[in-house]
Amino acid sequence: MNLVVQALVNHQSVKNLTDTQWDLFIRQARSSELLAHFYHRFSAEGIFSSIPEKPRNHLISDEILATRQHEAARWEILQIYQALEPIGIPVLLLKGAAYLQAELPPAPGRFFSDIDILVPRTVISEVEEKLHQWGWLTTHHDDYDQRYYRKWMHEIPPLQHVGRHSTIDVHHNILPLTARLHPDPEKMIQASVQIDEEFELYTLCPADMILHSATHLFHDGELEHGLRDLVDLDQLFRHFGEDSNFWEILINRANEIDLSRPLFYALRYTSKILNTPIPLNALQSKLLDKPIYPVRYFMDRLFLRALAPAHKSCSDWFTGIARWFLYIRSHYLRMPLHLLIPHLFYKAYVRPYKEWRENRKNVLSNKPEKKESESEIDIFE
Amino acid sequence: MTNTIGALPFEQFSNFLKSEGIRIETGPFVTRLRTKLTDVIENLALLYSDYPAFTQAGFSDFHLDIHKPASIRRWIQPQVNFTFDELTPFKPLPRPQAYAIFEWGLNWCISNYAHQYLIIHSAVLEKNDAAIVLPGVPGAGKSTLCAGLALSGWRLFSDEMALIDPSSGQLVSSPRPISLKNESINIIRNFSSSAVFGITINDTTKGSIAHLKVPEQSIQLCNQKALPKIIAFPRYRKGASTSLSPLSKSRAFMTLCENSFNYTIQGKSGFSTVKTLIDNCDCFEFEYSSLEDAIRTFDTLIEQIQ
Repeated sequence: MNLVVQALVNHQSVKNLTDTQWDLFIRQARSSELLAHFYHRFSAEGIFSSIPEKPRNHLISDEILATRQHEAARWEILQIYQALEPIGIPVLLLKGAAYLQAELPPAPGRFFSDIDILVPRTVISEVEEKLHQWGWLTTHHDDYDQRYYRKWMHEIPPLQHVGRHSTIDVHHNILPLTARLHPDPEKMIQASVQIDEEFELYTLCPADMILHSATHLFHDGELEHGLRDLVDLDQLFRHFGEDSNFWEILINRANEIDLSRPLFYALRYTSKILNTPIPLNALQSKLLDKPIYPVRYFMDRLFLRALAPAHKSCSDWFTGIARWFLYIRSHYLRMPLHLLIPHLFYKAYVRPYKEWRENRKNVLSNKPEKKESESEIDIFE
Repeated sequence: MTNTIGALPFEQFSNFLKSEGIRIETGPFVTRLRTKLTDVIENLALLYSDYPAFTQAGFSDFHLDIHKPASIRRWIQPQVNFTFDELTPFKPLPRPQAYAIFEWGLNWCISNYAHQYLIIHSAVLEKNDAAIVLPGVPGAGKSTLCAGLALSGWRLFSDEMALIDPSSGQLVSSPRPISLKNESINIIRNFSSSAVFGITINDTTKGSIAHLKVPEQSIQLCNQKALPKIIAFPRYRKGASTSLSPLSKSRAFMTLCENSFNYTIQGKSGFSTVKTLIDNCDCFEFEYSSLEDAIRTFDTLIEQIQ
């Protein structure tokens, strides 16, 4: 049973949960990274105090973490701003960092691991150099990775700060250069809006912000936090949709920057899953790039599963296959096959071989083995 | 039905652990544990016999599973895995360390998912309604002292983590078996004939470890919170005479923060919680080599406080 979606659609539904259901709710919400989000939703609805103490503690604990992360992120944003100020370009924040800085509805309780910025491609090396001076260094030292990112991707390899370990993704586009769709980043930068007058910090304009979020979720295959990203879209639709002209502007803009298909999916699945109040004429607009019926039917089967909480209680036999299909699809949408196949081959075989050879060399010369990503258990006394 | 683990027939306890799991209550936390590993089951039956446990479904804070990996490492150089719900946060450990990975893993869960408390790496005990906080870096002799006190009439709150409720400044009790290492195991065995130990696990990164069973009374009274009155930073030094020297509040503050798992996460609330704690406590540095003398010192100290 998908208790998380039930609670997102109708907050009051949690009032009747039994202890066993609360147990499941907390687990589903944790695997969807939505615990802190629920803290804020329930508080805003005035039902937080009616939640039993034990589940309430888990919401509180996660909210404390989220608040801490937001404080740290605000500081990082300021550092990035200061680092890039001499270049004289506007710093354009994307996704989580943008919601936070612009105090938009998805922000409260939302976790994000990296700060994403968008800058014109012409200044990318300058931006990299300045960030380097401020302590952000590249994370990918492999020549192949560097080439791969710089030649084909919409971002340079992620930069990580040497001291604070914060990560920045510097984008010059919102989709890989090899992708099927070709949004024009220049148009998006031109339409961007300043967040507050104090700093030259910008976000995408409302329509572009939604289109970017939709593209990221429905065309870029990052379904790890699928439901959380869908909640972002739901919150943005509700917020910007208060202006009744917004929907027409949004659909026109989607066609203008070649992102009509992802918008179609965003409108469809937010309304289908989260009951987002989207006007019928927007949902059925002739201007939307809809897939033909059998494709639409198939995509429904895939996305309605993949966008459930990533918890076994919300999975059936087809869920894993659906996620896998969408993962393959996202790669297919990212790159033409003649580039994709050699790339996947490299990732699957050549890199592990290189790493194995590197490690063996280190073992023979008694150097410590390269650290693996999974952590050693943090042993207490 | 609420029952202690000891009241369940072993066969039934074992069957529940192997199937839908059993929900064990340790103070404010309920852990649903599943495992098929007999050494873990037997050690639990011994060390957790006095804890309340539930066999029916309900709210659990942590869903843990201790199991062999589904790979060749099931049989060859066998390993053991720890999962928290569907998450596997650590690399596997050698199979003989299965029980240890349960205790460590549960500590990890609390320090990562219970930020409603300010958590300090510290032993906590209570006597006459006053709690003492014994923070310490690994190897400082904190657990040995803690075990000695727990076996001498003090009520154990925790040997690892001080849980402080920010709204009241009270310490919350979550007693669990005390983890002792190397020589400490024999020191405590010789110290008290009533000390009950679980299996000894050799060759961990900390050396040999064994867990000391918590006195029944500490578990029965674990819902009673207490206000902290004394903070003492213990240090064991071979041949040292017992010395309790006052520590400036500012130094105590800084050292507590260094020993906290989530001080930085708590932000301003963390600061005021530590400040209240320091304001309410007498702070000391404590050096010892004789456990008997050490316990006498704290017995006297707690009486003076009253």
